[in-house]
Amino acid sequence: MAYRIGIDVGGTNTDAVVLDDQLRPIAKIKTPTTEDVTTGIDRAMAEVLSQITIKRSEIKYAMLGTTHATNAIVERKRLNQVAAIRIGLPATSAIKPLTGWPQDLKQAIGNMQFLVHGGFEFDGREIAPLDEEALRSIAREVKGKTNSVAITSVFAPVSNAHELRAAEIMREELGDIPISLSHEIGSIGLLERENATVLNAALVDVAKITAQSFVDALKREGVSANVYFGQNDGTLMSVDYAIRYPILTVACGPTNSIRGASYLAKNQNALVVDVGGTTTDVGVLVNGFPRESSIAVEIGGVRTNFRMPDLISIGLGGGSLVRFTDKGATVGPDSVGYQITQKARVFGGDILTATDVVTALGKANIGDPQKVQDLDQEQLNSAYEKIMTMTEDVIDKMKTSADPIPVIFVGGGSVILPDELQGASHILRPEHYEVANAIGSAIAQVSGQIERVFSIDELGREGAIALAKEMAIQEATKAGADPKTIEIVEIDDVPLAYLPGNATKIRVKAAGNLML
Amino acid sequence: MRILDIQAIEDIAIGAAVMGTGGGGDPYVGKLMAIQAIEEFGPIKLLDADEIPEDALVVPTAMMGAPTVLVEKVPNGEEVIGSFDALKEYLGKKVFATMPIEAGGVNSMIPLALAARLGLPVIDSDGMGRAFPELQMVTFHLHNVSATPMMLSDEKGNSLLLNTINNVWTERLARNATVEMGGSVMLAIYPMSGRQVKESGIHGIITLTEKIGRAIREAKEHHQEPISTVLSVVGGFELFRGKVVSISRKTDGGFVRGESKFEGVEQYKGHTLTLNFQNENLVAQTETEILATAPDLIAVLDQETALPITTEGLRYGARGVVIGIPCNDQWRTAKGIATAGPRYFGYDLDYIPVEERIKRNGKGGRE
Repeated sequence: MAYRIGIDVGGTNTDAVVLDDQLRPIAKIKTPTTEDVTTGIDRAMAEVLSQITIKRSEIKYAMLGTTHATNAIVERKRLNQVAAIRIGLPATSAIKPLTGWPQDLKQAIGNMQFLVHGGFEFDGREIAPLDEEALRSIAREVKGKTNSVAITSVFAPVSNAHELRAAEIMREELGDIPISLSHEIGSIGLLERENATVLNAALVDVAKITAQSFVDALKREGVSANVYFGQNDGTLMSVDYAIRYPILTVACGPTNSIRGASYLAKNQNALVVDVGGTTTDVGVLVNGFPRESSIAVEIGGVRTNFRMPDLISIGLGGGSLVRFTDKGATVGPDSVGYQITQKARVFGGDILTATDVVTALGKANIGDPQKVQDLDQEQLNSAYEKIMTMTEDVIDKMKTSADPIPVIFVGGGSVILPDELQGASHILRPEHYEVANAIGSAIAQVSGQIERVFSIDELGREGAIALAKEMAIQEATKAGADPKTIEIVEIDDVPLAYLPGNATKIRVKAAGNLML
Repeated sequence: MRILDIQAIEDIAIGAAVMGTGGGGDPYVGKLMAIQAIEEFGPIKLLDADEIPEDALVVPTAMMGAPTVLVEKVPNGEEVIGSFDALKEYLGKKVFATMPIEAGGVNSMIPLALAARLGLPVIDSDGMGRAFPELQMVTFHLHNVSATPMMLSDEKGNSLLLNTINNVWTERLARNATVEMGGSVMLAIYPMSGRQVKESGIHGIITLTEKIGRAIREAKEHHQEPISTVLSVVGGFELFRGKVVSISRKTDGGFVRGESKFEGVEQYKGHTLTLNFQNENLVAQTETEILATAPDLIAVLDQETALPITTEGLRYGARGVVIGIPCNDQWRTAKGIATAGPRYFGYDLDYIPVEERIKRNGKGGRE
């Protein structure tokens, strides 16, 4: 048997599951997330493994979705000293690298920015030849001050030649140093892609340490598995890749929960409502993957062009405070959070929470129902109404058509939600709903993606898309997907205004199961 | 005369996106250029049109090309400097001030960034009062001001002096040169005397975009309903509220054409609004009625924040309020309608001012 272990580190809880070779959960645990993250991971792993008697050697795969990278950026700690190099002169100098960054973050990564001649036009012509001498003199200047390099060239998604050559030169001058290249990280949009590339370069040590401690923790438990990290788009990357591209892990949490919900509910197209202790996140599942947001995403105050799951969060969770005013009941946005097991009425506390309301109404059986018997029925009903309308409103906002669609409830707090809601064709509450995120991490596929500008006049629309698909499938195979299972999961084409030849930006993502 | 600081730039950028009516390019890159220029060279002097001497030379500036190229190949900010020198030599006169030709979208910012860098004043006027896709779609053209002599310049140092027989030729030649020069160039165009600016410009437009941006920002800070504030600042009308249910786009002759459909919510429930666009929104109609057409302004604002949503940024499920804003009166003349009315864009529709359509349809439209 080949078992796998999946771990998801969230803001409140660290969850772990073990799945068998049919991907059925055979053990699960929820533990509080610790400040250093790693201790929480160790504990979750030890506890989930203690539930089962399988041979440790039969655990062949270990998947981790973690907030390490996000925390490092937000806290401005443990970051690399980055030499940020942009290849684009004589263009681009009207906006210098790291414009708009918070000052403290800029300082925390060493505040070293450079511009050199080179880069490409939209059609692949050079703006200017790459200035190799300038690169060598930058290398001499930063030697000893930097331990990570970020290289971004204009129109690198169209041609990566200057980035690759610049990386060679930096290695010749600086030896074996981590180098982040923008064409491997982001899409069209120089400033956002550059920001993401520099953030990535700042995270390589954090990623290395996280990966190493995860591998060590597994070893201590007697597990020698292939280790993978979850990434933003709901697919996996190998440890080697995660160490090089940690920025791609920063939004894996919501993605994991949406993917896990899809798997548990056996549904590929639905809304996913993930209720935690404090907030409810609603995302949209399209063909088994989260719908992505089209708005620029900020990470730690820095604008990037990452594709993140399109989510709406509202302040409604199991621990949300319930109050009664002359205008009716209010629920949230404040919450007792992880202290629910001390502060909520059903657990002997003195704060009325959403969980108390549903327990008092007999819709859930949590803690000691006797402790909420004295509550006024009419008030309880008005609070319950409020929870329903809040949920219905956010569901309606995320829907793309008026037709009712299936809704999947996951997360520990989802007990507060009713079995019928306006706008939902039916409600699914899959088994293991409370650890959907860890399951999402464990079942994740591997993917490959390409995005670039094609000339439709040359290839025809069909021809261009066919070529893009083929390239995406190659990328997925390279990343470790079983070619027999690879499917195209997303195609997006945006025509570019004011360009000849019907220039069109095509993005294709292919994903497949892990090659076992 | 007044001074524009960085906060003013932030506000103008948001207002300019509203006046971009779905197109015009995201002002974000232009905004960062202007901010960096102010940080390096100091704040910008903004002049009212009536403060310009009659015989002063005013040269508007703009970028031309694909906004997608601009966000990738950011300018260096010095492209136009050589063009100004060349024009000075050609016309025998120093440039007194610059101004936008297009106050909507990214072109609101290009003259501001340049003005800070060169220490030139900016005139509080433009030639569109919004965004439009073609170079001759300016009120200067309605007053027979020639777009040429004009200069195109790129970041590599190439520049091109154009003299044409009319503004349609200008558009055609400049468009082709732009592609060869890398898809995005800077223009010094429609050189005018102070008198011509006063006669043909749309005045107070930078101040208006700033007011729109400030209204949206302050509504957010004070947790007020922002849409009605925006409507009262621009004298506009709410046309529809709804959720995007479909969107289709294709490039055609260098422009992105397409349509989006909104399914009504609240008092519009049961109705569908269709927006036709060619970079900018051009026609808003329900199943039964035309609600607004170009040259009036049609913008989509986010229902909660009132932040404008561009046609490129529109996506399934977006919740928007579609608003109509009366265009400047200069567009409502026979020549104005011929230049930028619905028939020019290929719609077999008469231009009827948005406020009259509202009255005629007898619903929607609170001001």
